[in-house]
Amino acid sequence: MIELNGVSHSFGNIKVLEDINLSVDKGEVFGLLGPSGSGKTTLVRIMTGMIVPDEGRVRLRDQEMPKRSLMKRFGYMAQEDALYQELTAWENLDFFASFYLRKKKKERMEHVLHITGLTEYKERPVFKFSGGMKRRLSLAIALVHNPDILILDEPTTGLDPVLRRSIWSEFYQLKENGKTILITTHALDEAEKCDRLAMLRGGKVIAAGSPGEWKKELRTDSLEDVFLHYGGGDI
Amino acid sequence: MNIPVVAKRILLQFRRDKRSVALMIVAPMLVLTLLWLVLDTDDRLVEIAVVEAPEAVYEQLASGRMEVTILDEETAREQLNNAEIDALLKWEEARPILLLEGSDPTNHELIKTAVQQAMGMEIGESVRVDYWHGTEDMNIFHYTGPVLIGFFIFFFVFIVGGVSFLRERTQGTLERVLTTPIHRYELVGGYLLGFGLFTILQSILIVFYSVYVLDMYMVGNLWRVLFITLLLALTALSLGTLLSAYAKNEFQMIQFIPLVIVPQVFFSGLFPVEGLAGWIQLIGNLMPLTYGAEALRGIMLRNENLGDLQWQVFMLLVFFLVFTALNVKALKRHRKL
Repeated sequence: MIELNGVSHSFGNIKVLEDINLSVDKGEVFGLLGPSGSGKTTLVRIMTGMIVPDEGRVRLRDQEMPKRSLMKRFGYMAQEDALYQELTAWENLDFFASFYLRKKKKERMEHVLHITGLTEYKERPVFKFSGGMKRRLSLAIALVHNPDILILDEPTTGLDPVLRRSIWSEFYQLKENGKTILITTHALDEAEKCDRLAMLRGGKVIAAGSPGEWKKELRTDSLEDVFLHYGGGDI
Repeated sequence: MNIPVVAKRILLQFRRDKRSVALMIVAPMLVLTLLWLVLDTDDRLVEIAVVEAPEAVYEQLASGRMEVTILDEETAREQLNNAEIDALLKWEEARPILLLEGSDPTNHELIKTAVQQAMGMEIGESVRVDYWHGTEDMNIFHYTGPVLIGFFIFFFVFIVGGVSFLRERTQGTLERVLTTPIHRYELVGGYLLGFGLFTILQSILIVFYSVYVLDMYMVGNLWRVLFITLLLALTALSLGTLLSAYAKNEFQMIQFIPLVIVPQVFFSGLFPVEGLAGWIQLIGNLMPLTYGAEALRGIMLRNENLGDLQWQVFMLLVFFLVFTALNVKALKRHRKL
């Protein structure tokens, strides 16, 4: 569903990404793991078509990005909550939903508010929301048009464990319905929950595989050892 | 079509942000009121035409601080109508008549005094005084009023529009919106529509307040005034949102005021520039407010119609369209598509 071939990108003379190759299959939860500053967000922005990379190709659903018709096909959640503070949750959701949906818009909005547990807060302005509620609203916005692909930049950062678990169960639900999910994270316990992982460091993919494979290969039970092994101790 | 989606959201935000609404509507009214209270008259270079004047009177006038030309009656009247000259001195049945152009009350006293001295006759008694435009009661507030209306609308739309677009950038919503299938022109168009609707309201309130409460001189058509203020507001909005691309935060947006707004105050006609060197006057031609101010003055003081103001309307449209196109282009920094 997502395919990156030889992607390199620089900001000025700083090389942020170097020769990235990875592919995410349908129905998979793919984790992009790496410390902050490793280029995760830039890579995500390349996948969403916001940045056209200096080199390499990006394909979504076997079509080259950036392409406007593909913009409807993915749901995106940015690292920072991009919400209009003075508007209510409902109004924020309605604004973004209007770009995708005409008929059934209200139905979908009610549905995503329900699964993110925000139905009772929908009339509340966003500036009164807690951090977790804002994250959930951002997720609701990413889901509202029922996309096949979800690109989520640190979706659970800053959330408490209970909320995290509920969001992950939502991810699995989506996966079961055939959705493809790409998330970025720097939390190892989250990486463990992914089907497959790519570890990014200094703009390069330094390791790829499933958490199980990695552990087997290095004969360890903890992903932390894996992380340290590949990443070196100086992260 | 996503333009109405963006426009609707902007209007919703206005409803929640009462302070910005107040800034755009109440602040111009307040400042206009203050200026109305304090403005006083001063002198400047004037041009006067004489028709069939005795040689002695002409020489006496020409030796003063004024520029004096001899014209035939028809040309003089035409120039007076276009405000190219400030006054006309002529004789009717051997009685001198001083015809003041009237829309600039700052020079009335100067002209009257000079003519009085040149002719050795009492103004108002032996010399009849008439006004081509306006009335005897006009003062500097009436003269500068139209410019001030234009200026304050321009200024506050520039600030609020620029800052709200800037906030889209800093809070990440701009980028978020651009990951949807929206076209860049739809986003800019939505801003123009949302703000446009709001600035219609703003213009109506400010113009009504100025004309009916502050009793600003107004002989023209109210709809024409509103048309010009709307055009000026859209120009200010497109310039504000464009420049917000070059500001990292609200404070940097405020830094554009001395660079973009203040110069327009000096060259748009609030202060007389007729006496200055040609190249300095040319600076004013590069500023949108100059055309807006000329048009508003033409309508409010001289009852000109849009046909007389083709050039000003055309230039405002050019500024507006160029800034808008640059806006759409500037968004490429966020998304190439």
